[in-house]
Amino acid sequence: MSIEVRNVTKQFGDFVAVRDVSLRVPSGELVALLGPSGSGKTSLLRIIAGLERPDAGQVFFEDQDATHSDVRRRGVGFVFQHYALFRHMSVFENVAFGLRVRPRATRPSKADIKQRVMNLLELVQLDWLAHRRPSELSGGQRQRVALARALAVEPKVLLLDEPFGSLDAKVRQELRRWLRRLHDDIRLTSVFVTHDQEEALEVADRVVVMNQGRVEQFGTPQEVFDHPATSFVMGFLGSVNIFHGRVQGGHASLGPLEIEYPDHPHDEALPAAGYSRPHELEVRRSENAGGGFWATVRHASITGALVKLDMATDDDRPVQVDTTREQYEKLRATPGERLYVRPRQVRIFVEPDKAPAE
Amino acid sequence: MTRRERGPSAANQGEPLAVRVGLILVALAYLLLFLMMPLLAVFTEALRKGWAAYVHAVSEPMAWSALKLTLITAGVAVPLNLVFGVAAAWAVAKFDFPGKNVLVSLIDLPFAVSPVISGLVFILIFGRTGYLGPWMQAHGFKVVFALPGLVLATVFVTFPFVARELIPVMQAAGREEEEAARVLGASGFTIFRRVTLPSVKWGMLFGVILCNARAMGEFGAVSVVSGHIRGKTNTLPLHVEILYGEYNYQAAFAAASLLAFLALVTLVAKSLVEWRSGRRQEGAS
Repeated sequence: MSIEVRNVTKQFGDFVAVRDVSLRVPSGELVALLGPSGSGKTSLLRIIAGLERPDAGQVFFEDQDATHSDVRRRGVGFVFQHYALFRHMSVFENVAFGLRVRPRATRPSKADIKQRVMNLLELVQLDWLAHRRPSELSGGQRQRVALARALAVEPKVLLLDEPFGSLDAKVRQELRRWLRRLHDDIRLTSVFVTHDQEEALEVADRVVVMNQGRVEQFGTPQEVFDHPATSFVMGFLGSVNIFHGRVQGGHASLGPLEIEYPDHPHDEALPAAGYSRPHELEVRRSENAGGGFWATVRHASITGALVKLDMATDDDRPVQVDTTREQYEKLRATPGERLYVRPRQVRIFVEPDKAPAE
Repeated sequence: MTRRERGPSAANQGEPLAVRVGLILVALAYLLLFLMMPLLAVFTEALRKGWAAYVHAVSEPMAWSALKLTLITAGVAVPLNLVFGVAAAWAVAKFDFPGKNVLVSLIDLPFAVSPVISGLVFILIFGRTGYLGPWMQAHGFKVVFALPGLVLATVFVTFPFVARELIPVMQAAGREEEEAARVLGASGFTIFRRVTLPSVKWGMLFGVILCNARAMGEFGAVSVVSGHIRGKTNTLPLHVEILYGEYNYQAAFAAASLLAFLALVTLVAKSLVEWRSGRRQEGAS
């Protein structure tokens, strides 16, 4: 079932959590809401669930206006950041809860409930823990119980709030791959909130990058990573070198960089910044191609196949360059040496008054 | 006891033995003087004239009726305050609404007001010359100097106990479990019955026990609205006071021993609840 959000705004006191957000999640996709804390991603998720009422705008499920329908009737499964398992019930009872509280007319029989709960527990590989209390489980196990509980009511949409937020790194990795596989099996339209860009890029079909209550970009992981729409997206997704300066008359002067910029042919000078990821910079011994600048190597750290060069421009601004091990050995560069740095790609954003999070 | 104090946990605290023993003795002496001695005194005085006199004092009709009245008053007031306390705590802990702080302050009002004043307020409202008195009299309701007045005064005085006990417990539990139940399709009442109540049941029981202890022992407010009609509107604490005023010390202490006994039962119940809930929390963490 597709989800659509139209011009949704939500305010808590003076704080605008969500500003005029519109978004469409196609049926069967797994979408990540990605942003720093306070960017409105959790508020947006709760509005979709019906746990929060938008001040303005509408929510549609499969083109049906659900803005005013009660959370109980929306048919959503919701997984809370801190699991919110019922502490006084066993794992089995937690998962069965949604079925047991149905009105008698639609409530499955006891045997059916048992069957379904056990099937779900098998799906999340926890059938052997059915009679334990949530307090006796590990974080990852609790998270999977929460997921089974959400799936028990056969939701049309699955919403997950920071599903891996409170787990340690290793469990996190395993669980997100597992979630991806599960999604490929059941193909349930799913939205999850995360502040971890790696997680979003790895797991999701599409990523919604949010900042200060607005959607900065909506696209596939590759789109948002390779073609960031705004300086914020550029800065938020991975490390980046920023060159501040200005654009004027079809030309950009960005600190050590002088680049053609036909997008702004006017005489008026505007503040601008150029963004290059460390792997988009290359280092050489000579200046022959031009378009770059000289910088001094301060430190080189070899991390597997990649070498991270910590460099400084002549006016002492730091520059990060990633190069391959091969390239680095060919250069035979040593700390203190000057090398020519040339960007293969620079993205220029005019008026970067919205400084990126980095 | 001193041998135990010298165990490994005491050894690394570094205080000289004399200081440790001294502090313990001071604490014990204090306990003995202010808690144990009065309690023992009650029972010694009650039994001073022998077992037969004691049995007579607690089984005479006036004592019986006072005991019955105390139990009835507590039996009505405690359930009322349980319902109110649970409702108030639920509202305060799980919802945001305008005037919430005012409600929380109001709940505490009976703690701040002297019980005698609370009693007087009921006289002012329901008494013969009070605001509602004439109307009530015309319609045959008797509040002041009758059981309803006793219950009202007791309800007022013991009003905060359950709510006060439950609000922090419910707040600590947060709202996520209720939200989860709501998303799963549970109605408000089902959420309350199957999610909220079970998670606070020990706190609730604890509140009820405290509330009951106070309801049975209340003197000030009840004294004002009771009118001291022997055999009719005298609760146990009032009965004790009357006997004492008549220099009938032995009977007064015998009646007091009943109250002390009820208090001890309450204390044991409270410790049991604390022990159970403490064990549960350990299991949960």
